Amino acid sequence: MKIVVCIKQVPATTADKRYEADLTLDRASVDTVINPLDEYAIEQALRLLDDGNVDQVVYLSMGPEPAGEALRRALAMGGDEAYLVTDGALSGADEWATARVLASALDRLSPDVALMGMASDDAKGSLVPGAVAAMRNVPLLSYGAEVWLQDGKAKIRRLNAAGYDIIEAPTPLVVSVTDQVGEPRYASLKGIMAAKRKPLETWTLSDIGLSADELHGAALTRMTSAEPPRTKPPTERIDNVAPDEAATRIADWLAARKLI
Amino acid sequence: MTYRLTRDQDELRAVVRELADERIAPRAAEIDATSEFPWDLKELLAQQDLLGTCLPEAYGGTNLDGVSQAILVEEIARADATTSLIPIVQKLGALPIIIAGNDDQKQRYFPRLASGEWLTAFALTEAAAGSDVASNRMKATRDGDDYLLNGSKRFITHGSIAKVITAFALTNADAGGRKGMSAFIVETDTPGFNAPRIEHKMGIRGSPTAELTFDDVRVPAQNRLGEEGDGFKIAMATLDHSRLGVAAQAVGIAQGALDAAVHYAADRKQFGQRVVDFEAIQFMLADMASQTEAARQLVYAAAARADDNVPDLPYWTSAAKLIAGDTAMKVTTDAVQVLGGYGYITEYPVERMMRDAKITQLYEGTQQIQRLLVARQLLARSGVPARP
Repeated sequence: MKIVVCIKQVPATTADKRYEADLTLDRASVDTVINPLDEYAIEQALRLLDDGNVDQVVYLSMGPEPAGEALRRALAMGGDEAYLVTDGALSGADEWATARVLASALDRLSPDVALMGMASDDAKGSLVPGAVAAMRNVPLLSYGAEVWLQDGKAKIRRLNAAGYDIIEAPTPLVVSVTDQVGEPRYASLKGIMAAKRKPLETWTLSDIGLSADELHGAALTRMTSAEPPRTKPPTERIDNVAPDEAATRIADWLAARKLI
Repeated sequence: MTYRLTRDQDELRAVVRELADERIAPRAAEIDATSEFPWDLKELLAQQDLLGTCLPEAYGGTNLDGVSQAILVEEIARADATTSLIPIVQKLGALPIIIAGNDDQKQRYFPRLASGEWLTAFALTEAAAGSDVASNRMKATRDGDDYLLNGSKRFITHGSIAKVITAFALTNADAGGRKGMSAFIVETDTPGFNAPRIEHKMGIRGSPTAELTFDDVRVPAQNRLGEEGDGFKIAMATLDHSRLGVAAQAVGIAQGALDAAVHYAADRKQFGQRVVDFEAIQFMLADMASQTEAARQLVYAAAARADDNVPDLPYWTSAAKLIAGDTAMKVTTDAVQVLGGYGYITEYPVERMMRDAKITQLYEGTQQIQRLLVARQLLARSGVPARP
């Protein structure tokens, strides 16, 4: 059984995010991290590997050259090898183009399960898992809070309004996960050292059998403008009071709005 | 020896800082308040392979360079000085084996020290022999293939929780501590070994400091490190390296206090402006930052020389520990000043850091001993003959 975890390098949650003139995100000047929701996908894959349900965990990312660092960080957490699809023609890729690229790369890696976080922390489109499944013509199990693999099937537990649903589908398939799967592990020192020796291969579009023309300038959608939130929501500060008093005031505030 | 940190060293700092910020810092106040050893954090550091950084890869360690080891300790101490003692003492106890151990001894102990399964400690100090190491009295008497150890040790960090202790005892009392002392690896489940008393301390409270008693503790001769009489030499060589751990700890404590002071000063308002906008506070913070940076650079310079085992190593490691320890004391005291009344109460971390800082001026050689060691090297370097 082989899992490919698709990960995205995104600006750190705490970074001061800015747009370039062409409305793409300025990635060069900010600290980057593995998309936090993808870290849960990594953790889920590594748990399946630890439990012996999976033989191989591979990472796949699409992004500019520095996204290799995110793959290296993932390899430090565990797993076997990584692939980065990077190509000048992919600048400004939207969800559709991203899914095309990942689907083509997955055709080459032929995993039993393609595992992804439910959304990315920067664009928040939440479309890629579904689009990749559709393009590869395989089932999608979305928003998994836990994933099991058994006898050529994958099962997930999904939170709904009433409780949990258990849903299954045959492999190969795409599975997206939520932050319920368990806290992502820290990379150990030996993991970090070992990751430097693990294979990390870079692919261009032609390596995965795609051409720039097929990708229509890497996007079917265009962002027409981007602006910061216009106003800060009204903020009430509770300062310089005893903790009990502060807690009471917060509780009153919430109760007044029928939130508790 | 490169002057700039390598990419690997920067990466190590980022990884340890994340771990320390998320998992260690939130526990620090409680560890101090309860004086309980943080077993959970020991497990965490073990899982992350951070307890065998001074040990060879062949024995399960990660064999990091000295600067990287300093960065590791510094980043943990920035969050909590007590927890930083876990890797510091693991190295301190292992150093005599690194320096004088044979292959069998290394094979027997290093893997379980590297994995953190066994904690270790270094037992040199006695009630009447602190700075004056040569006055040690504990005895080791040969008995067939064994030695019988009798006596007591004082102020032994982790002495009550270690599974393996490197202990120093006289094999030839007539020859005195300098020539007649030998080093032994003692497993603490050996009958006759006890750690009857835990000291209650001003700082590093979660780190158990014990009095040890040895009552006919039978140690096989194969657990002797080096030859009979090598003890003093092994102890001094150990301290030449190990005081770097304390120096790095001191830098981390200072940095933690500086960070807390900056954040507080940026939040606190008085006279209608942020405290941090007062020049008087900015000057204090600038001094604290500059002093901490200077100490850090000296620690790294010494750490790089420890890797090369340069002949004048004590000059570097003693100077580093002297400057770093005094800096930690000064910077934490100033941090309390920046926080004012809030700095003096346990709700904020800087009073704890100030109490923790004091120990870095005391253990593994007081600041006065460090000065003697620096002076000795300085005079030798300058061609001034030693006192006849």
